[in-house]
Amino acid sequence: MKKLTIAAIAASMMATAIPASADLAIPLLSYRTGPYAPNGIPYADGVEDYLNMINARDGGVGGEMIKILPCETAYNTTKGVECYEATKGEGALVYFPLSTGITYQLIPKATADDIPIHSMGYGRTSAANGKVFSHVFNFPGTYWDAASIIVKHMMDMENGSLDGKKIALVYHNSAYGKEPIRTLQELSAKHGFELVLLPVDHPGQEQKSTWLQVRKEKPDFVTMWGWGVMNQVAISEAASIRFPMDRFIGVWWSASENDVIPAGAKSDGYKAIAMNKPGTDFGVYADIQKHIIDAGKAAGAGDQVGAVLYSRGVLNAAYLVEAIRTAQKIHGVSDITPGMMRDGLENLKINQARWTEMGFDGFTSEIDVTCENHGGPGLGAIQQWDADSGTWSLITDFVGSDRAVVDALIDEDSTAYASENNISDQCS
Amino acid sequence: MFYREAGDFKTSYKSDQQTFPLKLDKILFWLTVAIAAFVIPFFLNEYWEKAIFLPFFIYALAAIGLNILTGYCGQVSLGTGGFMAVGAYASFKLMTGFPAMDMFLVIMIAGLVTAGVGVLFGLPSLRIKGFYLAVATLASQFFLVWLFNKWEWTYNYSATGQINSPERDFLGIVVTGAYTKPWATYLFCLGFLFLFAWIARNLVRGRIGRSWMAIRDMDIAAEIIGVNPLVAKMSAFAISSFFVGVAGALYFSVWLGAAEPTEAFSIDQSFDVLFMIIIGGLGSILGSLIGAAFIVLLPVLFKNVFVGLLGIPTDIAEFSQIILVGALIVFFLIKEPHGIVAYWRTLKGKLRLWPFPY
Repeated sequence: MKKLTIAAIAASMMATAIPASADLAIPLLSYRTGPYAPNGIPYADGVEDYLNMINARDGGVGGEMIKILPCETAYNTTKGVECYEATKGEGALVYFPLSTGITYQLIPKATADDIPIHSMGYGRTSAANGKVFSHVFNFPGTYWDAASIIVKHMMDMENGSLDGKKIALVYHNSAYGKEPIRTLQELSAKHGFELVLLPVDHPGQEQKSTWLQVRKEKPDFVTMWGWGVMNQVAISEAASIRFPMDRFIGVWWSASENDVIPAGAKSDGYKAIAMNKPGTDFGVYADIQKHIIDAGKAAGAGDQVGAVLYSRGVLNAAYLVEAIRTAQKIHGVSDITPGMMRDGLENLKINQARWTEMGFDGFTSEIDVTCENHGGPGLGAIQQWDADSGTWSLITDFVGSDRAVVDALIDEDSTAYASENNISDQCS
Repeated sequence: MFYREAGDFKTSYKSDQQTFPLKLDKILFWLTVAIAAFVIPFFLNEYWEKAIFLPFFIYALAAIGLNILTGYCGQVSLGTGGFMAVGAYASFKLMTGFPAMDMFLVIMIAGLVTAGVGVLFGLPSLRIKGFYLAVATLASQFFLVWLFNKWEWTYNYSATGQINSPERDFLGIVVTGAYTKPWATYLFCLGFLFLFAWIARNLVRGRIGRSWMAIRDMDIAAEIIGVNPLVAKMSAFAISSFFVGVAGALYFSVWLGAAEPTEAFSIDQSFDVLFMIIIGGLGSILGSLIGAAFIVLLPVLFKNVFVGLLGIPTDIAEFSQIILVGALIVFFLIKEPHGIVAYWRTLKGKLRLWPFPY
């Protein structure tokens, strides 16, 4: 009887000890279902595999294991809110919902709850202004950087002048797709090109009329802010009206294998902006192969390794892990709180030497986040799809955006938000 | 044995016409209200508030609204999402245009605006009926969402077309924005649901409700006995839209805090609310509540059971959840075409006779 009591006490203690053991909880608001799954799956796989690899290889970060809290949002904002509330109580360190709509929803909530958001290259562009958005980070680049770099590339193709040219923007008719419009309007005034706006409604499977309009308007370039099945459909439709693929340039969210493969050989030459190099020739992939894939622990179906969005997921997870390290260093504790994680993100500095150490030699640009600048360097390169070999390759170097235009717009929009919500300067 | 009318004497017309003729029903009802209003707020955390109660209250309100139009007046509408958008955008414009305005007033005015728009889109109902009317109201759904995408004034010229609800209060208690307390928003929405369910219940058993039902059952006969179809149909559209507009305003300002027209007020919303009243029970206030609980809460319940308890991967859990909810809808529609509320009626009938059924 006594033994039984002791055993029962021990068992109950173990049961309570498991959740009490300090874990670094990372909520993964992913979508593996619905019309956005073709893009949501590789990204979620990349994040999961990298974090699991860190657990397997290094035993977590600073001695603390990472615990992933997966939650399916289906790219739906109400489900995203449910996921946020469900995971918040478990000590979630940082949110990265991979959805501009959900990010908009979470910005005020997470700020009030003192939990940071890392909307990497999506979300609210003007959150790059850390003076207003203390808890939101969108490094390494914003939509407006992307728009400006795409226009720069078009200028290069036209020998330096877009005067009198016509550029069409095919965009997802949501906050996400509308983000670049203001920047493109500024740029059209500056460079003298005409901007044609072609919205595509959710989920984006019906685009016949959009591309009929492209045929009618005969733009010199088409750029696209698409996501999910919309990307595949747009590229197939562009191919079917024989739009020259090298004049069709997508944002970094319309830039994955799953978007171009359905159009087959016709998608050859399609371009998109990239925030990191494609391919798997990086040290980190050897580690993922060794600790995760060979061990049979790959996330999802395990068939997305090395895809563009998988790499982006890996990159996102790498930023977060490095931010956790930074936070641990700043505060001198290994079991950090969401508030400390915010400090970690705000002081995140990764130079090329550090990238190489982490296994990302030459993978992406250096990062130097400051209190004022949460948007990162805003660099991007153009990648092009080769349908024969089925690979992306970079055709330009990483270049910066037109800071004069982008920074002015960020200032304007974030100041408006600050005055609407009575936010004082968060950095002084 | 306990649940019966024996000994429960009615001595006036008033007491004979009450909503809950049985004493036990009345006790049960007030007990539920008392628990909802005075007990739950003390144990409420943000998950239960944001993921369970607020969506339930708000959709229940929208379902009552649609039930007035479809269930009581027989006018099929697929424009609920669009009318919710009107309520949401009206509340947004009021909140940003008149920062000092009390939230209760904001939501009531948003309801009035929606009622006006509802009457406008209800005009075709004077000429067309049934499926054809459904198509006409479908046009309002698409037109309104398109309007809020296109007309920049409605979203205060924001760069992305997204609207965000600023911090506003009701009698000094903050009910919108990021810094709300769970009990505050809970009671605010519960109050609206209680008030409007009360109003709806008393409307449908009064003169106006009877004229709606006359139109529903046979409009020509109703006209012959003196029901004015114009007044009956337009009042149904106005009042129904008012309810839906209030639900839309709460949906945006209190629950979500941010919205964009194409997603938050898509055609899926219209279908969801229509399914709620069909599954819960057409022409029943309780049915609207049951239907809202069915459509809003079952997916959350299944998700928590599958992922939280059984540890199934999130994508498989999501698919199973969709299949299961769909299967349950089919099951209930086959087994009980009058909605889940009919089970409740059957159960009550059986209980009255228990334990000696004849």
